[in-house]
Amino acid sequence: MLRVEQARAGYGAVEVLRGISLTVDEGEIVTLIGANGAGKTTTLHTLSGLVQLTGGRITFLGENIAGVPAHELVRRGLVHAPEGRKIFSRLTVLENLEMGAYTRRDPDGIARDLARVFELFPILAERRRQAGGTLSGGEQQMLAVGRAMMARPRLLLLDEPSLGLAPLIVARIFEVIRELSKSGVTILLVEQNARMALRLAHRGYVMETGAILLADAASALLENETVRAAYLGE
Amino acid sequence: MLTLAQQLWIGLTNGMVFALIALGYTMVYGILELINFAHGDLFMLASFLALTLVGLLGLATASGPVVVVGLLGVVLACAIFAALINRTVDRVVYRPLRNAPKLAPLVSAIGVSFVFQNLGLFWGGLPLDVMGGGLAAAAPKSFPDLIPSTNLLGDGAAFRITAKDLVVIGSSLCVMVALWLFVTRSRLGKAMRATAQNPLAARLMGIDVDRVISATFLIGGALAGFAAVIYGLYVNTIKFQDGYQNGLYAFTAAVLGGIGNIPGAVVGGLVIGIVRALSDQYIGAQWQQAVVFGMLIALLVFRPQGLLGANVREKV
Ligand SMILES: Nc1ncnc2c1ncn2[C@@H]1O[C@H](COP(=O)(O)OP(=O)(O)OP(=O)(O)O)[C@@H](O)[C@H]1O
Ligand SMILES: [Mg+2]
Repeated sequence: MLRVEQARAGYGAVEVLRGISLTVDEGEIVTLIGANGAGKTTTLHTLSGLVQLTGGRITFLGENIAGVPAHELVRRGLVHAPEGRKIFSRLTVLENLEMGAYTRRDPDGIARDLARVFELFPILAERRRQAGGTLSGGEQQMLAVGRAMMARPRLLLLDEPSLGLAPLIVARIFEVIRELSKSGVTILLVEQNARMALRLAHRGYVMETGAILLADAASALLENETVRAAYLGE
Repeated sequence: MLTLAQQLWIGLTNGMVFALIALGYTMVYGILELINFAHGDLFMLASFLALTLVGLLGLATASGPVVVVGLLGVVLACAIFAALINRTVDRVVYRPLRNAPKLAPLVSAIGVSFVFQNLGLFWGGLPLDVMGGGLAAAAPKSFPDLIPSTNLLGDGAAFRITAKDLVVIGSSLCVMVALWLFVTRSRLGKAMRATAQNPLAARLMGIDVDRVISATFLIGGALAGFAAVIYGLYVNTIKFQDGYQNGLYAFTAAVLGGIGNIPGAVVGGLVIGIVRALSDQYIGAQWQQAVVFGMLIALLVFRPQGLLGANVREKV
């Protein structure tokens, strides 16, 4: 579904991604882990068109997507829930979710997906008329995930959905990711919480200073000495 | 007491014009964090177009129904004219500077403001009857008094309400309500608010931010075009510096209400109109600017986010 070959990208003169390659197949959950500043967020930004690709190739659903604007990629089903939630703080919860469905023109489908989001996160239904900025951190993260679901993603990029959340809420978010995956959404998950991410994912990539260090089945990475020492704190 | 009420009424009527111009400042600022210094001068250019069209259509000597239809046409033409110019300036001048330091588009906006003022001066010098035959380009031009300003309460009444006042207030309110419905109900309007709050997230929702910015300039321009006609009809004289003066008041109104905040711009405009009128009456017309800007400074000290400015913090 997604194929990245020797991708290079950065900010101005600073190259952050120094030729990374990865693939995500239809139906998979793939996780990308790595230390702070490794370039995980930059990778996702490059995939979703926020950061310009300066070398290599990215294909999504068989098409080269280098240079395709971010808003067009959403239309094609590549949806990115960014790091730090980025909720519209003065729009209501409901309006935030409507914005998620911005590219869609099927009112019935949108209504069904809205009902689904409210079913997965009942608290959002309760708070639907409240401004997004007044939600707690955990609720905002649920809203960010819900909002991304409203776009009907085929491939969902999630950047640190567990950041700064209480264990119970993290567990809830991960449960929802699993549910989404079951319903046919392909997922690329960036996480600090490497253990949880590797338990959830089929495959994983380990990233270090702009390059892919390791790529393997998630279960194998959980057993890998380097990974255990560096990312699982063992 | 009656004097006070009368000044409030006059202030309210004047304030409508400030509010309409302030909306253009605040909407653009909301999305680009750009103070579009040329906005007031755009308003002035539209007022020159209004006067030119009124002259060409001969509305000054036309009968009632013709005046009504003619004015609707003039409003439409001025709104479209200002909308298109505003969007074009964005495309040509501001868009290439989107990723430049904030100071660059700001300085460019000041440049555009001067260009517009000079265009106004040129326009004022055209050999047209309404421009005074082109003899004195910089001189104030008189705008025909097309709407009756007889007192609706009767000639001798102590309080004055004219048909003109009602047209200014009524039509401005209609435009404001329409704008409000647009930004709160329509898909594009919601996209506008979303983009103003978080442009990065807006792009990730599939919103074409460039399109939203263009729409914002179109709408802000149209409001200025509409305000220009209203202003000409109400004040009955226009000049090429009007954009600078009214723009400054309108910008103050936008800051007063909380820059970036749409209802805030309206509230700010009305407050400025009323404060100006009261200050003229009770303090003296020569103190007008000192009072208005003194109030702005005081407000910025005690309530920097403006009257209705957003106070919602983003949680990290
Ligand atoms: N907008 C930017 N301008 C310049 N440099 C940036 C920018 N964003 C990120 N960087 C740099 O790029 C490198 C990779 O950052 P990135 O955010 O991709 O890391 P990350 O793996 O997501 O880290 P974290 O786990 O802390 O989120 C860092 O060295 C960072 O300083
Ligand atoms: Mg990151």
